[in-house]
Amino acid sequence: MLEQIIITTLIIGGVYALLSAGFSLIFGSARIINMAHSAFFMLAAYGMFYSMRESGLAAIPSIILTVTTVTIAGILVYRFLINRVRQHMVAVLLITIATALVLQEIMVSRFGFHFRSAPYLIRGSTEILGVGVLNQLLLSLGIAGVVIIIVWLVLTKTKLGIAIRATAQDAEMANLMGINVPRTLFMTMGLATALAAVAGIVVAPLWPIHPYMWTTPLVMVMVIVVLGGLGSVKGSLIGAFIIALVESLVVFLVPGGSYLRLAFVLMAMVIVLVVKPAGLYGKVFEEERL
Amino acid sequence: MLRRMLESFRWGVLLIPGRLIAFCFFILLCIFPLIMAHPYYLRVLTLASIFVVFAVSWDLLSGYCGQVNFGHALFFGVGAYSSALMFKYLGWPPWATIPIGALVATLTGVVTCLPALRLRGPYLSLLTLAFPIMLLALISAFKDVTGGEYGIWGLPSLAGSRVSEYYICFIVMSVVLFIMWKVTNTRIGLMFHAIREDEIAARVLGINTIRYKLLAFAIGGLVAGIAGGLYVHVLRIAGPSTLALTMSFQAVIWVVFGGITSIYGAVVGVYILYPLGELSRGTLIAEYRFLVLPVLVILVLLFMPEGIAVWIRGKIERQCPRCYLSNAAWRRECRACSASLR
Repeated sequence: MLEQIIITTLIIGGVYALLSAGFSLIFGSARIINMAHSAFFMLAAYGMFYSMRESGLAAIPSIILTVTTVTIAGILVYRFLINRVRQHMVAVLLITIATALVLQEIMVSRFGFHFRSAPYLIRGSTEILGVGVLNQLLLSLGIAGVVIIIVWLVLTKTKLGIAIRATAQDAEMANLMGINVPRTLFMTMGLATALAAVAGIVVAPLWPIHPYMWTTPLVMVMVIVVLGGLGSVKGSLIGAFIIALVESLVVFLVPGGSYLRLAFVLMAMVIVLVVKPAGLYGKVFEEERL
Repeated sequence: MLRRMLESFRWGVLLIPGRLIAFCFFILLCIFPLIMAHPYYLRVLTLASIFVVFAVSWDLLSGYCGQVNFGHALFFGVGAYSSALMFKYLGWPPWATIPIGALVATLTGVVTCLPALRLRGPYLSLLTLAFPIMLLALISAFKDVTGGEYGIWGLPSLAGSRVSEYYICFIVMSVVLFIMWKVTNTRIGLMFHAIREDEIAARVLGINTIRYKLLAFAIGGLVAGIAGGLYVHVLRIAGPSTLALTMSFQAVIWVVFGGITSIYGAVVGVYILYPLGELSRGTLIAEYRFLVLPVLVILVLLFMPEGIAVWIRGKIERQCPRCYLSNAAWRRECRACSASLR
């Protein structure tokens, strides 16, 4: 039981961390709540399914193909849809929800309502402390961990990362300091979508793939991001694992837990928000006044 | 008195194209069952008028008061489930359960508002998103009381026939729209605008923002609760779909499509999008109708960001620069003060 809880927490936490890091990156720098974020995750899972099952590509080329396609799709959505209505929060929300619905319907008409799954990238299982663990689980954990570390390094060590963080702090000032803000936002959106794509690749062999698989992760990501503080990548990484722990504890220990899972998780969020309105690591954004 | 009414009709309605269209539409809806008594069309329009009530309550809370609520289905669902439960366990008729359900929804609105008072902007939207999902989880956890996924069925219908059902919903819609229109034009509406634009400045000016936010949540809950109660008695089943995420976003989509912060925008949005979605079931685009609606929403947001009704109104009406009366766009002079409009 305990080892199952630990493994479930790690794998769910890794996926949520990838998703919510991207979500809070794009919220932090562009103040966009991207409801289509987990739709790109769904798109990537379908991409893996399509390239491995239907086109018969090998693992590495299909990963590269999927990440590139999804990232380009994300940048195009940003460039042609989101960027035009960025000033109105409600309009951004609606346009991203509509985009997510469009992607969902395209997947329905192309692949149907059936549950699909991508093949395992590697087979077999390893014994760790007397528990047999699927190699695919270990690989997914590894990919998630490595990507999170890479993102952390990019954000803290490279020029691009500094530009992204500067834009998040104060876009106007960053612009005055010679940072190309629109280009930085493009790069941020690309990075965020790529993270969602990696999350999709990680879960494609493990979770059932279907056109509605984006809704539950979306709610979870919002909970995590609010819990950790909107716009804070560190907060969302920590929040992801807290939420994953709550979720797997409820599923394994509470009777009828799979129904109450969301209720408990959301309860945690409401409590955090009432006690600490800006989340765990949230910056209180100065109110933008006209 | 009749002459005065005719006079104000001539000057206040006939001369302004927007109001003329609204008046013709109202008359058309009044006599619709006489022209076309097909039960299917009647049902679509009955549900449309219920959804207008629902959408308008979102518009008041989020458009006017600026408290962008992503879980508005909470009030709809609470109204729906409480009136259904009251029938199931107490056996009360619809005319008693719907108002009580609406009161329960009002109470829910006030209770939701308490944590929401501390938050604003995106945090508030995400918090409100959580409540209907939590209630939904509770409903599927306590299956014996609420019926789980199957919901509570076998509810009595609102009235004997489809036509009288239509008229009940239509009258409720008209009354709610009239009250909303009056409320938003009074002092309270002004306070809501002030809170939306700049809450700190409003508080500095001595407006008790907490009281007005509570009021906005209460009215939003009440009106959405009425809509929920009517909805379950028209469909005769109260299911979890009344609380679903899609129901919340449906309201947002209708209102933003028609035009946010305008009562007529919500009406236009619902009466265009809802029948369009329903009637396309049997046609060629049936397979793609779930694709067409989001694309339509995207196009409207890109090219008419203020909403289709407000956009059209801007094209056919023009405000007089001197006396702020609305005029038809093709007039050269203002109809009241004869100032030049060019």
